[in-house]
Amino acid sequence: MSMNRREFMQMLAVAAAGGMTLHSNFARAEKAAEALYDLPPFGNVSLLHMTDCHAQLLPIYFREPNVNLGVGSMRGNAPHIVGEGFLKHFGIKPGSLEAHAFTYLDFVEAARTYGKVGGFAHLATLVRKMKASRPGALLLDGGDTWQGSGTALWTNAQDMVDACKLLGVDVMTLHWESSYGADRVKEIEEKDFAGKIDIVAQNVKTTDFEDPVFKPYVIKNINGVPVAIVGQAFPYTPIANPRWQTPDWSFGIRDEEMQQAVDAARAEGAQVVVVLSHNGMDVDLKMASRVTGIDAIFGGHTHDGMPAPTVVENAGGKTLVTNAGSNGKFLGVMDFDVRNGKVADFRYKLLPVFSNLLPADPEMAAFIDRTRAPFLEKLTEKLAVTEGLLYRRGNFNGSWDQLIVDALIAEKDAEIAFSPGFRWGTSLLPGDTITMEHLLDQTAITYPWTTLTEMSGEMIKTVLEDVADNLFNPDPYYQQGGDMVRVGGLQYTCDPNAAMGKRIDNMMLKGKRIEPNKTYKVAGWAPVSEEAKDSGPAVWDVVANYLRSQKVITQRTLNLPTLKGMDGNPGVAI
Amino acid sequence: MNHQRRDTLKAGGGLGVLGLLAAAGMIKPEMANAAWNQTAFEAKNMDAAFAAFSAGKPAESADVVITAPDIAENGAVVPVGVVSKLPKTEQIVIMIEKNPNMVAATFNLPEGTVADVQTRVKMGQTSDVYAMVKADGKFYMAKKEVKVTLGGCGG
Repeated sequence: MSMNRREFMQMLAVAAAGGMTLHSNFARAEKAAEALYDLPPFGNVSLLHMTDCHAQLLPIYFREPNVNLGVGSMRGNAPHIVGEGFLKHFGIKPGSLEAHAFTYLDFVEAARTYGKVGGFAHLATLVRKMKASRPGALLLDGGDTWQGSGTALWTNAQDMVDACKLLGVDVMTLHWESSYGADRVKEIEEKDFAGKIDIVAQNVKTTDFEDPVFKPYVIKNINGVPVAIVGQAFPYTPIANPRWQTPDWSFGIRDEEMQQAVDAARAEGAQVVVVLSHNGMDVDLKMASRVTGIDAIFGGHTHDGMPAPTVVENAGGKTLVTNAGSNGKFLGVMDFDVRNGKVADFRYKLLPVFSNLLPADPEMAAFIDRTRAPFLEKLTEKLAVTEGLLYRRGNFNGSWDQLIVDALIAEKDAEIAFSPGFRWGTSLLPGDTITMEHLLDQTAITYPWTTLTEMSGEMIKTVLEDVADNLFNPDPYYQQGGDMVRVGGLQYTCDPNAAMGKRIDNMMLKGKRIEPNKTYKVAGWAPVSEEAKDSGPAVWDVVANYLRSQKVITQRTLNLPTLKGMDGNPGVAI
Repeated sequence: MNHQRRDTLKAGGGLGVLGLLAAAGMIKPEMANAAWNQTAFEAKNMDAAFAAFSAGKPAESADVVITAPDIAENGAVVPVGVVSKLPKTEQIVIMIEKNPNMVAATFNLPEGTVADVQTRVKMGQTSDVYAMVKADGKFYMAKKEVKVTLGGCGG
């Protein structure tokens, strides 16, 4: 199905007349929508890119971070810029629709003005509009699509698999998908996706003989131009997520094999070679500097919504690196002008998906309603009301994680609590009711067990140092792309520039220094070791109990480490 | 598709790869015991390890290439490969700096062998992995850091 501009505006007008919830300033928003979504076509090869939607079928709020630090050579470069520096860097007008989409600035007020973002029904309308103006355009999905909601978990990813087929995804790569287990991923590839969606991943091999598990790339003909899409799954899946879920698959970055895949695709006649990547942006930038022959890397994983690509020079020419944010909030549109067998020019735009400015696609809306119907009672259970803004994203903490660690300490009678540095998880505005669905948006994983562990002070330091190195190692190939583990109860100092093992200092608990040989009661969730299976009740049950007992959630005070050496870093605004 | 090869080998009477190679006459039992360098495998620091091969301080060489993951998926079985492009490569040694015993493997290559070896090593913690190559009587080396992490907490 396609839609031209006139039909789109008509649909928008009908939706408005039908009582679509638009703020008083409708005329301005309508103009903004027209300016935003009426993107002039360019060139002859177009690729649409979505990534890290984390199974969010409905419109949501998502606050971008105010802490996204870059260290070493990454300091001050995209994506490690926040707030006003971000607006200046990308030439975005303060107070504009785009300023709200790309930064945390005035988040609550702007969110009330412009409304929610994302939602597959609204995304579907935008995809159809872009495909209508760009014949032959393909839709690429960077992964983290099947995980992040109650319905995705309860349907064993089936709701998202069906939604992606309906949306018209052509090619995808993987990360959290693997947390449903290798067999489930292969079942979907071989049955649901057969002849419809290609899964590509050059860096997934069998652990025994290094045989490929997925196609490394596919070549698609777009308006007579052979275009290769090479897949790069999240390289550290069996480290960041449980190994037992994919025991026979080995991942890794695999630069050399990436080069071989690109060369093979070129030899097969590809005039355009792009990589659909779940590396994370810093890893993509380094890879772009080392591997030659890639026209663009469409990246995800680190949830960085980048309005413009970074142009990376390498021995073979230039490679564009993009990153398309998360939670269904954005759609990347890349237009290539391919002449004489190669890319001569490009235009790129990362379009924010404002649900109020994009009418819902009726077919997708009906599908979502059908999918949710059996679970509605469970999803809509009201747990509490929040007085403050709840969000997750940020290098060190977010108010949602603060709430989770507060709940873990209270419910499990612990002194300290850890919550993983996940970057997914939607936001709630002050006064919003927290439903079971919202809680699952923060916690719905296939290894949700809570833990209570006696940990020595020395071990606590080891954990913090280990995660800090995954975030702040000056070489991006040694990073894992998550945020710092969230900590409740414990205060510490963090020096991101320091060497591994020397970043964490001054660990204090209730005014007393943490002693290396003393043991402490530490609560946590999402254990990756196989021995920790079923270690305790699921995190959503534990937190739901806490929320029900509290009824009203007061504004959370974030437990943040004292940062050293980060003054003037454009990646932090506190 | 991905299980085929392993299943074929499993079905091969449980001989395993080495067994099959031995059965095919490619590896003779006495080869495994040849020139066992006791001192080297007992070395507790890098200087002692180099000394056990009379290697002095080998020069770093771009012709020695280590293939290993940046972050190990499982510290108990870290795949490490070494390729030497140096002419007359006669020996390749893999050493893990932070292991209690540094020397993990030595490969003695008969003349004319392609200097391309692979093995799995055990690593208790993040460490530099060294590849030392003896070629035409001289010693060369390369190193690469392999991180061993606790895991979890990925985006």
